[in-house]
Amino acid sequence: MIQFEKFQLDNGLKVLVHQDTSTPMAVVNVLYNVGAKDEDPTKTGFAHLFEHLMFGGSINIPVYDEPLQRAGGENNAYTTNDLTNYYCQIPAENIETAFWLESDRMLSLAFSKKSLEVQRKVVCEEFKEHYINKPYGDAWHKMRSLAYTKHPYRWMTIGASLSHVEDATMQDVKDFFFQFYRPNNAILVVTGNVQTDQVKQLAEKWFGPIEAGTAYVRSLPKEPVQEKSRTMDVRADVPLDMLMMTWHMGGRFDEGYHATDLITEVLGGGTSARLYEQLIKVKQIFSSIDCYHFGTVDPGLLVIEGKLVKGISMTVAEKAVLDEIEKIKNEILDAKEVQKVINKTESVICFEDMSIMNRAHSLAFYELLGDADLMNKELSLYQKVTPSMIQQTAKQIFQDTNRNTLYYYSKS
Amino acid sequence: MAVDRIVAPIIKDAIDFDIQLKPYQKFALDNGVEVYAFEGGSQEVLLVDMVFDAGNTYEEKNWVAAATNFLLKNGTSTKTSFEITDAFEFYGAHLNRTCTNETATVTLHCLTKHFEEVIPLMGEIVSQATFPEKEIAILKQNQIQRLLLNLKKGDFIANRLIDEYLFGFEHPYGKYSVEQDYKNINREDLMAFYDKYYKQGKCVIFIAGKFPSNIEALLNKHIGQLALNKKEIKEQIHPIVSATQKKYSIVNDAASVQGSIRLARHFPNRHHPDFPAAQVLNNIFGGFFGSRLMSNIREDKGYTYGIHSYLQNYKHAGAWMVSTDAGKDVCKATIEEVYKEMKKLRETLVEPDELKLVKNYMLGALLGDLDGPFQIISRWKSYLLNDLTADYFYNTIQVVREVQPEQILALANTYLKEEDFYELVVY
Repeated sequence: MIQFEKFQLDNGLKVLVHQDTSTPMAVVNVLYNVGAKDEDPTKTGFAHLFEHLMFGGSINIPVYDEPLQRAGGENNAYTTNDLTNYYCQIPAENIETAFWLESDRMLSLAFSKKSLEVQRKVVCEEFKEHYINKPYGDAWHKMRSLAYTKHPYRWMTIGASLSHVEDATMQDVKDFFFQFYRPNNAILVVTGNVQTDQVKQLAEKWFGPIEAGTAYVRSLPKEPVQEKSRTMDVRADVPLDMLMMTWHMGGRFDEGYHATDLITEVLGGGTSARLYEQLIKVKQIFSSIDCYHFGTVDPGLLVIEGKLVKGISMTVAEKAVLDEIEKIKNEILDAKEVQKVINKTESVICFEDMSIMNRAHSLAFYELLGDADLMNKELSLYQKVTPSMIQQTAKQIFQDTNRNTLYYYSKS
Repeated sequence: MAVDRIVAPIIKDAIDFDIQLKPYQKFALDNGVEVYAFEGGSQEVLLVDMVFDAGNTYEEKNWVAAATNFLLKNGTSTKTSFEITDAFEFYGAHLNRTCTNETATVTLHCLTKHFEEVIPLMGEIVSQATFPEKEIAILKQNQIQRLLLNLKKGDFIANRLIDEYLFGFEHPYGKYSVEQDYKNINREDLMAFYDKYYKQGKCVIFIAGKFPSNIEALLNKHIGQLALNKKEIKEQIHPIVSATQKKYSIVNDAASVQGSIRLARHFPNRHHPDFPAAQVLNNIFGGFFGSRLMSNIREDKGYTYGIHSYLQNYKHAGAWMVSTDAGKDVCKATIEEVYKEMKKLRETLVEPDELKLVKNYMLGALLGDLDGPFQIISRWKSYLLNDLTADYFYNTIQVVREVQPEQILALANTYLKEEDFYELVVY
């Protein structure tokens, strides 16, 4: 049970405080309610580019990192399709430094020309390192554009094309900032050796004077229900054939969400999971195989992907996966298997909650979903999942018309 | 009154923090196996680390140590591979294996309330593993495929080669596996290695987290009766044979858009008196986000997504390494800039302000690193396995607090010399 207190500033900034006096540290986490899905389709990669620009100096402070490091702090950030999250860990005694830094870059960036020029290059190198210069690095790029026709999940956070980042102008950057990086579009979470009164006072002092922006009303195109199975062939200079399949699944608010999560555990969670045991060990069709989903806020994708054992044909591999899918649709799980995946989930939650950093991330994420206390209710929702709910959900998701398949062939 | 956003809030310097490494508890099992324990934390979880002297330094054929370690949980005299993993996973427990140069580890993470159910299994796999032929065959096949895939990656090739140049292919720190090594292994090799280095091997245990009240009795029942620590395991000493050629450029993939750059030199292990101050120099040079390499090569020039330098601290030797992936057309320029930064450190005293920032950063990060029972035991483990004591910890802190610009300059003149570095680019 993670205890926390919550209040809101006049400018709309939500603030959550979780106290843990067993640590000398504190974490200051600022989540902005903007992700790659909020980007203009002709200017993708912006949310992530921003993550870089946010370290390039703010209106009153020339560099972000230096004063933080001087105060013994460390920081990082990440961008997903749904959100952008910034966090720093700092000795609790120096926590005001984090408030000063975070509030100044919420007030306004410096918008330095040099920072934009350099970070465009850095992001291009990141693009190359992760998506071009890596075997199968383009697979997700292709899968997203195959599976989504309308919803902005069809591009990756790094951007649909290098050129979008290369062409980013200062005006684009300013517009994006003042649209999304406003207090009323953010959640501040402070965890660790802090007190609520102290956080209140610091939040009022540093974030209170920042003006609210125009409320962002998100209206994203809905992905139409897929009506026909889609496939794509890729041939590339990779050593092994890869098979990747996705099916549309519900979003974070869907009533089948927890059952879906457990389906991925039954199929792909660990080496006693069905796909590993049957397809790697018993049938030896794949040399590696995974089943997972991204836990996206909007309806997402359930994924199965694996590398084929050399000499096995794509047809055989595909059939073997589909046989497992048929099993989970047609045969009800025994109670013990369901209990196993629920136990595993309980364990994952306990281990995740060990650090004040993860607690801060979770509180921010669940508050974004509508209520940070959902974090404490998660386990009970998993515990309510029954074998028949799993079967029903599997039947809903695993329909052929709902499937996207990428056949990724080795040229050699 | 408007808040002053120009002037930084007052801070307490991390160099003034009183940083303590909390002590461990220690007890011995009936068979003499020592258990180092740190109890604490907010969650009802714990970890058990069984560390064996069974690293690749002890193997006579390449890959035997790693394969033995990997297959520990793939079959025992009473259970199949599936039954073992299923039993751990049913309780939400994780059993991981890692094999390094000197040691090989079996690690259990579990909920405190399920410890009693899973600890017998842990005892079983370190005493009754059977290494079924079928499991070996599957591992070989998948390992060969994984290697094929990795060989496509420039960074993978670069990491292997730079270690080979430094230590030589015959040394555990420099060797790596090729396809034929996987094929050469048979069940007898694994059984023999298992008997000697696990079943009758030398073991030490580290535990941390929230303990069940009967943890000592349970460990004694399931681990304390095994035939461990009876025979002496002689430490293996291998001669280091470094490459004579210093500079390499290799084309692994003609279509590559980046080059993986590694620059490295030999460096003593943590017992050397220069080590603590060298860590400060390393941080200034390339050890954190605000380092000179990052500021110059990423934040000023945009040549790379990241560049890092670090001290590789193996038990018997070490290396000072610079590592980055940079755009193909700027690899040469990147290397030149690294050497320029070394030269600057050799010729110009570091500004007191920069030095203070680095010291504060290091000690603040250290405070954060010691946050939580798993972190504390992990630090103790690293010390104890390398024959270091708490003195090393407190001495390092003292050196970091006190080191002066003149010492940093002198160290740079000793260690950051271009001609001492191996230089490798894999495209």
